[in-house]
Amino acid sequence: MLRKYLNKIKPHFEPGGKLQAFHSVFEGFETFLYTPASTSTSGVHVHDSIDSKRVMIIVVLALMPCLLFGMFNTGYQNYLCSGADGYTFWNAMAYGFLAILPRIIVTYAVGLGIEFIVAQWRKEEIQEGFLVTGILIPLICPIETPVWMLAVATAFSVIFVKEVFGGTGFNIFNVALVARAFLFFAYPAQMSGDHAFISTQPICGLGGTVTYADGVSGATPLGQLATGVTDMTNAVGQPITSWDAFIGLIPGSFGETSTLCILLGAALLLFTGIASWKIMLSVFVGGLAMGFVAHTFQTDLYPASSLTPVDQLLYGGFAFAAVFMATDPVTAARTGAGKYIYGFLVGVIAVIIRVYNNGYPEGAMLAVLLMNAFAPLIDYCVVQLNVNRRMRRLKAKA
Amino acid sequence: MDMNLKLHRGLDLSIKGSVPSDTAVTKMPASDIAIIPDDFPGFLPKLDVKEGDSVVAGMPLMHDKTDGRVVIVSPANGTIKAVVRGERRKIMRVEITCDKQVQDTRTKIDTADIRMALMQSGLWVMMRQRPYDIVPQPDSVPVNIFVTAFDSSPLAPSLTDIVAGRSREIAAGVKALSALTEGNIYIGIRPNDDIQIPAGAERVTISGPHPAGNAGVQAALIAPVNKGETIWTLDIITLARIGEMMLHGAPSWDTTVAVTGPDVKSPALIQTTIGACVAPLLSGNITDTGKHHRIISGNVLTGIKISDNGYLRYPYRQITVMAEGDDVDEFMGWASLSPSKMSTNRSFLSWLMPKKQYAPDARLLGGRRAMIMSELYDKVMPMDIMPEYLIKAILARDIDRMEALGIYEVAPEDFALCEYVDPSKLELQKIVREGLDYLRKELA
Repeated sequence: MLRKYLNKIKPHFEPGGKLQAFHSVFEGFETFLYTPASTSTSGVHVHDSIDSKRVMIIVVLALMPCLLFGMFNTGYQNYLCSGADGYTFWNAMAYGFLAILPRIIVTYAVGLGIEFIVAQWRKEEIQEGFLVTGILIPLICPIETPVWMLAVATAFSVIFVKEVFGGTGFNIFNVALVARAFLFFAYPAQMSGDHAFISTQPICGLGGTVTYADGVSGATPLGQLATGVTDMTNAVGQPITSWDAFIGLIPGSFGETSTLCILLGAALLLFTGIASWKIMLSVFVGGLAMGFVAHTFQTDLYPASSLTPVDQLLYGGFAFAAVFMATDPVTAARTGAGKYIYGFLVGVIAVIIRVYNNGYPEGAMLAVLLMNAFAPLIDYCVVQLNVNRRMRRLKAKA
Repeated sequence: MDMNLKLHRGLDLSIKGSVPSDTAVTKMPASDIAIIPDDFPGFLPKLDVKEGDSVVAGMPLMHDKTDGRVVIVSPANGTIKAVVRGERRKIMRVEITCDKQVQDTRTKIDTADIRMALMQSGLWVMMRQRPYDIVPQPDSVPVNIFVTAFDSSPLAPSLTDIVAGRSREIAAGVKALSALTEGNIYIGIRPNDDIQIPAGAERVTISGPHPAGNAGVQAALIAPVNKGETIWTLDIITLARIGEMMLHGAPSWDTTVAVTGPDVKSPALIQTTIGACVAPLLSGNITDTGKHHRIISGNVLTGIKISDNGYLRYPYRQITVMAEGDDVDEFMGWASLSPSKMSTNRSFLSWLMPKKQYAPDARLLGGRRAMIMSELYDKVMPMDIMPEYLIKAILARDIDRMEALGIYEVAPEDFALCEYVDPSKLELQKIVREGLDYLRKELA
């Protein structure tokens, strides 16, 4: 029936129809609902069932544990800090859901809106890359980031990082991370510090009002470290352990606090082969290695060097960046050997920035962006090895 | 010297409709034949016959404009029914109505000059050279010759069965070709193939998944083509034909065709003539599914889509019939967990059923996109080639980069599996073909 309806309205969207300006939008929805019936006209007659829609949806599914945990944690932090008693699991979930919902809607609306306009303008199909970016952006930003800022950052990032380079598959930098970096540098007051990571206002009667007094502090563990506090506490002053960081009930950006949930997502990505295990593994190895070096040469000058190598991986956005950001196939290294180098350096640089620059409590974002810039160079060197092998073979013959 | 090669990268597609191993060959002489010049890349056709002429097997139908010695011959006795031309009078095909009475009127070819004999007999165009994957240049001297004695592509017939009992011809063929190369003649076989490798040729045993049977893979693992070098590739059937000419004065143009695919009622082996019309070969043997069929001359990876009464295309040894799929409405196929979906990705259920045989259709199953996922092509490319980067160099028409990345070593068929696994649904074989043609034109 739906098929019949689509067939009925289709002529309006074709050239000459009254709605031809929305051709890409229509096509986007049509191919989303029904697998296109176009068959191969050259080359192979059979194609693997995987397509880029499924690839993107798997990544979105892999993000679901983080999203759900983020909802709970947002509610939990609010109830904890506002001192409200007698709340249930579902209260916390509902609070977190209501807190994140407008942010997700706004990023999708802005990002997809731009995608639709550009696709129509270029007369191309709508590409599904933003399905992932649109969920990543709210997940990696502090919950208190104003919604309008998310909209501005998303628009900036989609236009200047993706579309001007040619769209999905052509960007040099990770779109979601640039959105976050944009916010981080354009609005530092709202994006970092102690008051960004805990939702402070009641929503629809849920939650309570958080006032930063009476021993309530919204600083993230790494934020505390950066100011020289080595006995990290949660928002109400109780000491926290590595286990808390692993489970994720600590203040932090919405979706990146729980290493456990990130690992669940990683399992799905690795099982389906959508993300590169080479990158993921080498980011963790790089982080551990640099964490070990930093911990060995621990100094009071750089308080974050007191973290053990494993803690380096558990706190902050490191694990999230390793699993979901560094592995973005478009902006990461694309050659096998290049992936090991790229991943390792992401891990090393993330810890270097985190430990040796007290101005930036978290280095994972900048590390991935920096290595995005170097990925083509790494690949160039790896490809050159192949080229040199061929040249040597030719010379040996001559 | 025996060589054993083991491939780890590659992929065997498991598709319904293979020919059972004990199938007897049915003889079905062709009544209509067409020769299609497009099957012979690098050959510029100039007609030697006109409509209404009568021809005999072995008589030239057309010659190469750049070198008249290279000819395509008629595979049977008969009458030229039509010369079908396309845009700008391009010759699309020469149709021949075969004589009812089959009699052997082949004239003996003088085999003193082997090169000349190959070109005049019509066997020359059945070989290919690299670089460019074209009919060998008339004066080319191959550094090595690679003969494939098995076809690893989906549902392909066993080539050793087809040439069974022709070891004398194969030996004569090797002897003839060895006069044309300073290097070696390699014959690639499967470990359990029962075939005698004659003196003068090297036995290469290759195990592993498709594309193990591609000549290019053999060459890549033994002696990759360097810039300035030429290799020749041919299959064991052509080698046997060459031997037949050397021994008996003229080759035969019979071919054994495997009729395969999910939509074939009973897969069969049919002996007919090259270029035969497929309609009689398929009549009554296509399952009526109520949906559109796609008839492919060749296998599902490198074959050519033909119409119901189309003609067998080079290399004349397989027909595959499968569903077209343009009449299927699939709701949210990207979310499907249907067990009938064929995929290398573990988000589908196919990884649970490694033995299952599939009946895929010809849909792209997705939209065309930029290259997004990385290192997927490498998993099915057992050559020392970086497919992604070579493809990008071709798309950019960057000649230096194409050379540096080894374009001389490849043929479009080497990219067939990359094209299959690609979630971005890029037309890789077409891109490579265009790249090779571009390079040949620019460097001519």
